[in-house]
Amino acid sequence: MAKQVLSFTVNGEPVEALVQPYVTLLDALREDLGLTGPKEGCGTGDCGACSVHLDGKLVASCLVLAMQARGRSVTTIEGLARGGALTPVQDAFVRHGVPQCGFCIPGVLMAAAALLAENAEPSEDDIRYAIAGNLCRCTGYTKMVEAISEAAGTARNRGSARGA
Amino acid sequence: MTDAVATRDALRIVGQPVVRHDARDKVVAATAYAADWALPGMLHAAVLRSPYPSARIVRLETKRATAMAGVAVVLTAKDVPRNTLATDVPGQTTAVGPLRATLHVLAEDRVRHQGEPVALVAAETLELARDAVEAIEVEYEVTPGVFTPEAALAPGAPPVHGTGNLLAQWRIARGDVAKALAGANVVVEGEYTTQLVDAAYLEPESGVAWIDSDGVITIRLSTQVIEHFRDVAEVLQVPQNRVRVIGTYLGGGFGGKEDVTVEAYLGLLTLKTGRPVKMVWTRQESLLSRAKRHPYRLRYRTGANAHGEIVAQQIELLADAGAYAYLSALVLLYSTVTAAGPYRVPAVEVDARVAYTNNPPTSAMRGFGAMQTVFAYESQLDRVARALGMDPVAVRRVNALRRGDTLPVGQVIETHVAIPELCERAWAALGPPTAARAPHIKVGRGLACNFQPYGRIVWLHDWASAWVGFEMDGSLVIRCGCPDVGGGQASSLCQIAAEVLGVTLTRISVHVSDSALTPLAGTTTASRQLYMSGNAVLKTARELRAGLLGVAAAMLGGDADDLDMDEDRVVTRDGRTLAIAGLLAECARVGVPRSHLGVYHAPAGEPVDLATGSGKVFPDYTFGAHAAEVEVDTETGLVRVLGYAAAHDVGRAINPQSVEGQIQGGAVQGLGYGLMEEVVVENGINLTTSFATYLIPTAADVPDVRAVVVESGEGLGPFNARGIGEPPIGPPAAAIANAIEAATGARITRLPITAERVARALGLLD
Repeated sequence: MAKQVLSFTVNGEPVEALVQPYVTLLDALREDLGLTGPKEGCGTGDCGACSVHLDGKLVASCLVLAMQARGRSVTTIEGLARGGALTPVQDAFVRHGVPQCGFCIPGVLMAAAALLAENAEPSEDDIRYAIAGNLCRCTGYTKMVEAISEAAGTARNRGSARGA
Repeated sequence: MTDAVATRDALRIVGQPVVRHDARDKVVAATAYAADWALPGMLHAAVLRSPYPSARIVRLETKRATAMAGVAVVLTAKDVPRNTLATDVPGQTTAVGPLRATLHVLAEDRVRHQGEPVALVAAETLELARDAVEAIEVEYEVTPGVFTPEAALAPGAPPVHGTGNLLAQWRIARGDVAKALAGANVVVEGEYTTQLVDAAYLEPESGVAWIDSDGVITIRLSTQVIEHFRDVAEVLQVPQNRVRVIGTYLGGGFGGKEDVTVEAYLGLLTLKTGRPVKMVWTRQESLLSRAKRHPYRLRYRTGANAHGEIVAQQIELLADAGAYAYLSALVLLYSTVTAAGPYRVPAVEVDARVAYTNNPPTSAMRGFGAMQTVFAYESQLDRVARALGMDPVAVRRVNALRRGDTLPVGQVIETHVAIPELCERAWAALGPPTAARAPHIKVGRGLACNFQPYGRIVWLHDWASAWVGFEMDGSLVIRCGCPDVGGGQASSLCQIAAEVLGVTLTRISVHVSDSALTPLAGTTTASRQLYMSGNAVLKTARELRAGLLGVAAAMLGGDADDLDMDEDRVVTRDGRTLAIAGLLAECARVGVPRSHLGVYHAPAGEPVDLATGSGKVFPDYTFGAHAAEVEVDTETGLVRVLGYAAAHDVGRAINPQSVEGQIQGGAVQGLGYGLMEEVVVENGINLTTSFATYLIPTAADVPDVRAVVVESGEGLGPFNARGIGEPPIGPPAAAIANAIEAATGARITRLPITAERVARALGLLD
């Protein structure tokens, strides 16, 4: 099959790539553009590790054909922190020690960013449902929810109690 | 155990919830996982797998695939220099005899489970490699298989291997169980069934191999065990020093990346082609073919006196090993030793067996056989308490092991057992009870304890080594062959070195998990890395410190014992300071090394005869207690976890934030085991090979987990820490089952506890 020209905006920059028409947006980002932040955890849209924003909406990039992004704007985890400054959610993830293995984290951060763009004061349930499409096997989600809450300015402080 | 640094001053960095060095990298996606790696001219690899659980390979023809444009190589068993890997399992004491656990790199004349690798392809693109896999012609003759351990052990069952299907058997007999049961005030009998589950790390098995400029076959992959470089060398029939394994920061392991995964395939393909090769398994491949957690049938008879004290346990365990031995014999050993729980039980009989079947192989997974038993012994204890009208905390308090007690296997417990305190803390952490939302909703609470060994079996003579050295500017380098699975393994090493050497954390670089360049530290398994690599770094840093302070004492006058290292300086008792760079320059001048290689040896022992209860099996144990509050919809059987608290005595928390993360994450994995996860296999065919069918907990399925971190100050790890990697996964299933009985009176004995099973137990489906 002949490759096609994919022109789109990635993390604010115009980009052109030659891709097979059958490749996914995830593969185009990872293999052709060298953006390895989005991860392939399943390839079937079940785990959320490949999450990116397409025209500001959260999508599983393994379920989007690369050519569907033609003329549109994609933001990946690499485009969240601009000029080296972390977003409040990223910063909260670092301070709360959210990442363990870290493989799901890019996808979770994209889901959290999409949530906060739509809802500045999410409840705990809002947060839990917003990241319910992102499987995490390490953290149990408690610190994740705390960090997103805090970043949204609705900090709760539950989930830990140290004793001697 | 005295601790020189700890007794001199309060700890400065150990015990602080410091930001891990890998945290920022992980939130900006700067961490290069195994599949994020690429090299120029790299080939892509794919695996042909058996569609049948039991079959003879009648014909295997690769000509058409090999001839395809863009295909570099197609390999089958006959192309593998040594196709059979074998390990001896020491300590086997029963009629089964010595065990050689064997594994084929690629199937020879038979396949024994669905998904078993048959052939390999490397091609210019992944699409071509997958096309070539399709073009390999295989003719199978399906043969009768066995799909349950009971069927496998029945007379006349088709043998999975040349031997009988009984892979291993362990027995413990202590005290007069029949007499104790006859004299008991209450005897509870139960049969429990646990299911096949998958580690389900988010990062599938992956790696890249190349022949480096020095001719060394180099494999960069996601692994918990860099020591598999030796297995790769064996397979390739090259000297061990011609294979190097670089372990990446893992996207999760949980035991599933303890056995060999892609490394032997990558070694073969790069050796045969001379080119870099990448292999990344799909989720479907991972769920289909990777070793999983053993399903168990557990039969218990538990007798107790009128005070609720257990007087006897009669226990029969039967586990499914699947088609290859892997670590099954040792998993079963963990079950055998832990079968009676963290309790004083004067009379115990355990008869534990594991059988080969044609199901997916089972091996290591977080908890390693000490987990399945928790569901049974904690359900039994709750039933004893219920029969006697005792509350869940009280029954555990009266039975809990104490320091100096002897386990049924003959091992004396040498450290503090915090079970009573942990029960009280976990139970209290649930807070005020939740009121039921509606008349058909019942709310109840359950408690479950566990104990999990940390560190390897003592007759494996475990050790770990580390290198710690200063650069001339006073920055510090740690080299340690410890794979970091995400639990903060590498970061803890930094804290330990920083504590001893007084170096600012941000001035430390840590290099881990490279079989050629980091001193070997053993596997990241068995909750052993903080214990083993942590002790190795602690010992190494202390020895380095002693040498440096000797020089400092000469420079400052006085005794080295009166000096401390803090904030990148040497400090005297009267407040004088010496900058580290000045000290290092002096060390260079007088010829005292700025670096040190140290080795830590764990206390070792000889194989134990379990049957006669002759002694120590594990270095020590980590104890825990979890409490759950659930609501049960008595019209549908649906269970929702309303509150959850998990308490563990970690000895000392090196990084409390990481410890909380381990506890919370382990508890939620355990809730998945308890409530939803199951690899469904019918006649050897896996029906759950995607995350749409193999369900693990999402953020919407579980509540906050309240982590209660208790620090007894007793443990064998650095600064008296205990291992906390595996322990938190143990109790949740039992805590949930106990809470459901408290809410509804229904006892669930089969995992996972689905709505259907609860509805059946409530009589809704009759």
